Amino acid sequence: MNSETLIPQAVVVEEIRQDTPDVKTFRILTRDGKKPFEHMPGQCAMVSIPGVGEGMFSITSSPTNAAYMEFSIKKCGHLTNWLHMLEPGMEVTIRGPYGRPFPVEDELKGRDLLFIAGGIGLAPLRSVINYVRDKRDQYGDVQIIYGARSKDDLVDYAEILDEWSVTPGFTVNLTIDREQDSWDGHVGFVPNYVKELNPDLSKTVLVCGPPIMIKFTVAGLTELGFTPEQIYTTMELRMKCGIGKCGRCNIGAKYVCKDGPVFRYDELGELPDEY
Amino acid sequence: MLYLPSVKLNAFLEKTAEKRKLYVPVDEEPGKSSYRPWEPGVVVSRGLNTVRSAKDFFFPQTENLAGFRIQNKKIEVLDPRKETEDFAVFGVRACDAASFGILDKVFLSEPVDTYYKNRREHGLILTASCRRPAETCFCSVFGIDAAEPGGDVSFTDDGNGWFLASHTDKGAAFLGEVASLLEERDESGAEAAKAKTREIVARLPLSGLKTDSFGGGKTAELFDRPEWAELSEACIGCGTCTFVCPTCQCYDIRDFDTGREIRRFRCWDSCMYSDFTKMAGGNPRLTQKERFRQRFMHKLVYFPENNGGKFGCVGCGRCLRSCPIHMNIVKVMKRLSEDDNEQ
Repeated sequence: MNSETLIPQAVVVEEIRQDTPDVKTFRILTRDGKKPFEHMPGQCAMVSIPGVGEGMFSITSSPTNAAYMEFSIKKCGHLTNWLHMLEPGMEVTIRGPYGRPFPVEDELKGRDLLFIAGGIGLAPLRSVINYVRDKRDQYGDVQIIYGARSKDDLVDYAEILDEWSVTPGFTVNLTIDREQDSWDGHVGFVPNYVKELNPDLSKTVLVCGPPIMIKFTVAGLTELGFTPEQIYTTMELRMKCGIGKCGRCNIGAKYVCKDGPVFRYDELGELPDEY
Repeated sequence: MLYLPSVKLNAFLEKTAEKRKLYVPVDEEPGKSSYRPWEPGVVVSRGLNTVRSAKDFFFPQTENLAGFRIQNKKIEVLDPRKETEDFAVFGVRACDAASFGILDKVFLSEPVDTYYKNRREHGLILTASCRRPAETCFCSVFGIDAAEPGGDVSFTDDGNGWFLASHTDKGAAFLGEVASLLEERDESGAEAAKAKTREIVARLPLSGLKTDSFGGGKTAELFDRPEWAELSEACIGCGTCTFVCPTCQCYDIRDFDTGREIRRFRCWDSCMYSDFTKMAGGNPRLTQKERFRQRFMHKLVYFPENNGGKFGCVGCGRCLRSCPIHMNIVKVMKRLSEDDNEQ
């Protein structure tokens, strides 16, 4: 019988990293120690604990990472609560990859890139950032503006400081919402910080975060003179099948799971306002 | 043209059932029929279309998608799929036969849904023309001809029997199987029966329904129309329209722990339900208005936009008969078209 995408494979949770008080990063391998499947930056996979549920999560690791696959998951509901209770060595199921990736091999090639992330919104962008970092000669300058509620809520803080900040051609601008001891960096919300930094209009923007942050950030970018055609973002709606059939993530004539999750902002403008 | 006289129907059904499981419409009570497995003695209904559509045979209300056994931290994934046995559905009307074209667009597009495909391959669709369409019928609005129901083999009912025509290889092979029971008749009889059906259809109260205001690309025009509030006001979100609809195919996936293993089921779902889009982070369709609008926008705008103008409704009229508050797609179309004309 043909293979069926709705039947997942069992994989091992090799390592679990507590990134922030409510975000854990799970390193996934097949039983024989391989990466479960290939993907492109921005694509997602359905992760499940059988008996609990199945949910769509963006693949945080870069495709250039040949060794393993990672998911950064925030504890915010039934399934994610259970995922946070897993211990290394336990198994979950996975199927994918699903969705349209960021156009890293097309529109983004050779461009100066501006990544703007809020909170767990860094998860899908981390895949692109590391992809671009590993293919450094194929892309222009990279600026990363990343904000979270507090210093403790910045995901992948170590990687940001030890790797991204020191990569030639990379600029990292961090911000947190409120003053905090042991923080001498910028304080303020991401949309305002973006306006303050006044990035060059030639950049292509990849923005991801809570819907409200995306909305205000894009408004700010528009004020600065950026056009919807140079802004990419990701969308999230409830999903069950991941392949554009169960109807749940249907919005307008699009299915977020297969036509997205990555959308160019002008494409979003054509969708009804229901997200 | 091949002809099956009514007196030979039982012999025909018996022959058909020799090689496959056969389902036929049976009157449960006057005006309410449903598909039942055929066995000698079962009387086939030739009246109104079945209460539930024939989609159930290809996309059942619940089905087992996968299974899991968990032992010492290890998950064993079970594939419950097995080769479906051959089956035939007799008496499928033009509207329901057309609905498979819509379901195919969803389930047979890449990545193919193998559960559905398996049933499509093993299912033989024997259609029947409508001799007495109901007042709630409006298939002609969507270009469906109740006199030419299609399927693998179509049966044109002239009151005394049926003219048979095959439309697929599967159908042609089947006609060979039952050839000994069929007679040869002049085609003019079939044409007369078809003309009669079309004449009745043309006079049906809903046959004049206009589709001009709908179709792909109409989102901006229709989405924010104020009428949605009034149209959806009395909707209780029961989902009955979805369940009787031959083209509704939204589904849920849920796990059930049997004690021995975990079974993952696919179940019909409805965009009319309050938790359909509910996420840990909130619900983008908070009131019944948004959920109601989604169902009709999908059938009348989004689906045609993605499928070359094909509407996601076949005009079977089931939602007109079963909605407890008497709301339905016809009222929605009329209301939204009316105001178009006034503008």
